[in-house]
Amino acid sequence: MMLLLKILFKNALRHKLRTGLTILSIAIAMLAFGLLRTVIDAWHAGVEASSASRLVTRNSISIIFPLPLSYKDKIRQVDGVSTVSYGNWFGGIYIDEKNFFANFAVEPKTYLDLYPEYVLRPEEQNDFLRDRKSFIAGKKLAAKYGWKIGDVITLKGTIFPGNWEFVLRGIYRGRYSGTDESQFLFHWDYLNEMMKKTAPGRADQVGFYMIGTKNPDISTQVALSIDRAFQNSLAETLTETEKAFQMGFVSMSDAIITVIQLVSFVVIVIILAVVANTMAMTGRERTAEYSTFKALGFGTRHIAGLIFGESLTITMAGCTAGMIATFPAAAAFAKAMGTFFPVFNVDADTLYLDIVFSLIVGLLAAVVPTYRSLKTGIADGLRTVE
Amino acid sequence: MENPPAIVEIRDLSKAYYRGNQVVPVLHDISFDIIEGEFLALMGPSGSGKSTLLNLIAGIDEPDSGTIKVGGVDITALPETELARWRAVHVGFIFQFYNLIPVLTAFENVELPLILTPLTRKERKEHVEMALRVVNLTDRMDHYPGQLSGGQQQRVAIARAIVTDPTILVADEPTGDLDRVSAEEIMDLIDRLNHESGKTIIMVTHDPRAARKAHVIRHLDKGYLNDASPQDTL
Repeated sequence: MMLLLKILFKNALRHKLRTGLTILSIAIAMLAFGLLRTVIDAWHAGVEASSASRLVTRNSISIIFPLPLSYKDKIRQVDGVSTVSYGNWFGGIYIDEKNFFANFAVEPKTYLDLYPEYVLRPEEQNDFLRDRKSFIAGKKLAAKYGWKIGDVITLKGTIFPGNWEFVLRGIYRGRYSGTDESQFLFHWDYLNEMMKKTAPGRADQVGFYMIGTKNPDISTQVALSIDRAFQNSLAETLTETEKAFQMGFVSMSDAIITVIQLVSFVVIVIILAVVANTMAMTGRERTAEYSTFKALGFGTRHIAGLIFGESLTITMAGCTAGMIATFPAAAAFAKAMGTFFPVFNVDADTLYLDIVFSLIVGLLAAVVPTYRSLKTGIADGLRTVE
Repeated sequence: MENPPAIVEIRDLSKAYYRGNQVVPVLHDISFDIIEGEFLALMGPSGSGKSTLLNLIAGIDEPDSGTIKVGGVDITALPETELARWRAVHVGFIFQFYNLIPVLTAFENVELPLILTPLTRKERKEHVEMALRVVNLTDRMDHYPGQLSGGQQQRVAIARAIVTDPTILVADEPTGDLDRVSAEEIMDLIDRLNHESGKTIIMVTHDPRAARKAHVIRHLDKGYLNDASPQDTL
């Protein structure tokens, strides 16, 4: 068997340029596939990172319409509710519009209670809670702009006009690999006080309530109870799980995601054609050799083993190279995209898909040349001149 | 005096090729015996059917009708898997273009048929070395086919053909791709295998010089077998 394995590997390297280019093509295809899958995963990162026990309550008409702050106490009284926090999408710009990152005004104590995955040093958390003009930033965001504790950062308000100054009191890190480390969170009270001074009509209004439930199993029931409590009010609510809420944003990009998914599979089909072509040429060139094997008494499984083995050797070599290249490429891509994709990690499932598709490509590419080799009569095959 | 036993019995053998709807007859009702230890040369013009007949005897082609018994086994009745096993044990092939595997050394090429046998690695090594000694090529056993001359490659092919000690050796134009000196060397070697080891050899050739080594020469013409010629009729 060692001799057959030797033939298999040596055959794979017989046309070094052709094999090298095929492996390179597979590697590039797997790299492209891996990156596209990672982009799709990044799109869903918010959904994946969301908790089943967190609910989001917003105005039932649209997220852009606020809810009264007074709803807070009524929500807290709903059975099954453990924590109520609230906040507003601030939409501030840091220096230039291209420096996009998510920035929220939140009730800090309850918000951090609801997000234990945002890990802060105790002293930083205390400093943040004490200072109403402070903010915390995710590790990735702080690193991107070189912010250090104590730095004063100015955001230019878009929804809430003016220049807003904040002092960085803490840098959180994510407890999990999928935790968003690019958020900018500051005190809702700071925003509200300014509103009271500059636009009293917009004071005591929140964009959303973030609600913690005592048990994820009762989340749906709690959501219904909250919405029932505000039925027929001036601002009716729509409560959904954090996952459904995030999914609502993702579904806005459904068409783009579908196209990316489609392209990622087209890449696989293209590479199947490339490998199939290589294997077809290989099979045709070795017709006489395979016939010699058959004449010497080697059977179907030996011939099939040689062709399938060679095909799988080439595809798996390309797959391995592609998978290895995916990591630095993803890191470079994530860097280039900044905080557009807060979480951009190559998922284990993506690597499994790389392997599965490579195996499928390797197997399918060998089917036709194997069939041809087995169908060709020995005498006819021996007459074939390479 | 009792006749020596026939190792190959061919009866009413016919074969045609099909080109689309066109039927091209190649062999017509061929019947003859090859006795054990015989060195038979099949001669005839191109397209006479001699290679087809050789392929049928070697079990790498199927007749349309008739039977071929080799060592008492009707090989025309064997299914493909059993026929492959039968070839591995009973037939040694010598091809015109050597048909060596280019990615294997001379040693490994000779070893190739032995990996289908239950021999251990050590036993295989002994058999290969012995076969290479017979063809006087032990000093080139680590060379790849591309590093050997045509004559040396054919000697490797002969070593591969004899390494399993087959019942019959079939040679299709074994000197067809060689210069005169190499061709004579190869024919001497084949002749020696017949004389010293008693191998039954069936050889297709165009070359009267090569055919001279044979005990019996059979001529094929347009798929019909003429009577066997004794050696001195050449």
